[in-house]
Amino acid sequence: MKHLIDIKDLSVDEIDEMIKVAKDIINHPEKYSHKCDNKILATLFFEPSTRTRLSFESAMMRLGGKVLGFSEANSSSVSKGESVSDTIRVVGYYSDIIAMRHPKEGAPYVASSNSIVPIINAGDGGHNHPTQTLTDLMTISSEKGHLDDLTIGVCGDLKFGRTVHSLINAMSRYKNIKFVLISPDELKLPDYVKSNVLDKCKIKYYETNTIEEYLPKLDILYMTRVQKERFFNEEDYKRLKDYYILTKDKLKIAKKDLCIMHPLPRVNEIATEVDSDPRAKYFEQANYGRFIRMALILKMLNIK
Amino acid sequence: MNIDSIKNGFVIDHIDSGKGMIIYEKLELNKLDCQVAIITNAKSKKKGKKDIIKIDKKIDLNIDTIAFINPDATINVVEDDKIVEKKKLTLPETIVNVATCKNPRCITSIERDLDQVFILTDKEKNIYRCKYCESSLK
Ligand SMILES: [Zn+2]
Repeated sequence: MKHLIDIKDLSVDEIDEMIKVAKDIINHPEKYSHKCDNKILATLFFEPSTRTRLSFESAMMRLGGKVLGFSEANSSSVSKGESVSDTIRVVGYYSDIIAMRHPKEGAPYVASSNSIVPIINAGDGGHNHPTQTLTDLMTISSEKGHLDDLTIGVCGDLKFGRTVHSLINAMSRYKNIKFVLISPDELKLPDYVKSNVLDKCKIKYYETNTIEEYLPKLDILYMTRVQKERFFNEEDYKRLKDYYILTKDKLKIAKKDLCIMHPLPRVNEIATEVDSDPRAKYFEQANYGRFIRMALILKMLNIK
Repeated sequence: MNIDSIKNGFVIDHIDSGKGMIIYEKLELNKLDCQVAIITNAKSKKKGKKDIIKIDKKIDLNIDTIAFINPDATINVVEDDKIVEKKKLTLPETIVNVATCKNPRCITSIERDLDQVFILTDKEKNIYRCKYCESSLK
């Protein structure tokens, strides 16, 4: 049985195939509207994330399937509650596939070792969030038409930002990719990501403190927020949270076909005036997320 | 080296000074019913000071644990008062319940009955990562 815990669980071919299916769903939604009749998706959100949960639930419903689950408003209840393995053993009887989010890192892996149905990791703490990465790849593929030959700028918290690590991991498997790593010194990409991924895949990368330095060269600009919960002291957070703000003015030097992405929710890092710029793709990105989740559910349930 | 006191068993030699007790505890040698000797701060040509553990029984020795704690220790297998084999240690691919994950956000911090598993992910730099959260040890 296949689970999706880490984006590396999927080969490039599998990802490409899923993107193909997702694009077909966009063009022919009616073909897919009964593919999951009589199937149930359980969404187990031990930590709330309305956006991700709704995306999964909408994906399943659009395939004709049904949804059940829970969303804990208070993540501290996790530590008092039932163990992950016990919960999963039970929910496996009630559903055909499980999407779970959990504040503890590695929880979906523990779940997958105890599950009789496929597990999709919908985010585990600061660790993995593979469906976000699939969403990002789907967005890039749809907006640029290809996943190779791209110069990708990633901006913001590159130290703790799991979406960035995962995106770098996934994109490093494609041909002729270059990265521009834009961050304050305190939030630079960790050395192990550089050595284990970028250097290993012989990917060229440039590090800079400013958005402007390499902006004219970028095909993709991936903005991220600085997350408060990753900081141990308030001062550091306050100092770094507004370090980068993307504005209309800055974008004047960027390519005409730049694709601006953001995993959302944003705080201040993209000024709302940018939303009307045709290069802003972060709302479309959320929409692509549902289609790739539909393709993923079909794949994991082995439905053609 | 004097192994007079051991007839059949193991002499774990060239342990870094101070790590003898750690190995003793991790291998739970206190639970054995045979003679076990720990010598600390013995003289060593190579290390200056070293610890030695002698176990007077052919137990099922967890070599991976010893290798993880002290990769350059040596294990002598003793049979009928003679050293019949010197085992060279190599870093184990996985270690189970030897080290604990220090990441407070790791699932091992709350889930019951979960083994603490670490995997050797970088052989050149000797880096072990938690099987669950992938945090590196140290
Ligand atoms: Zn861990």
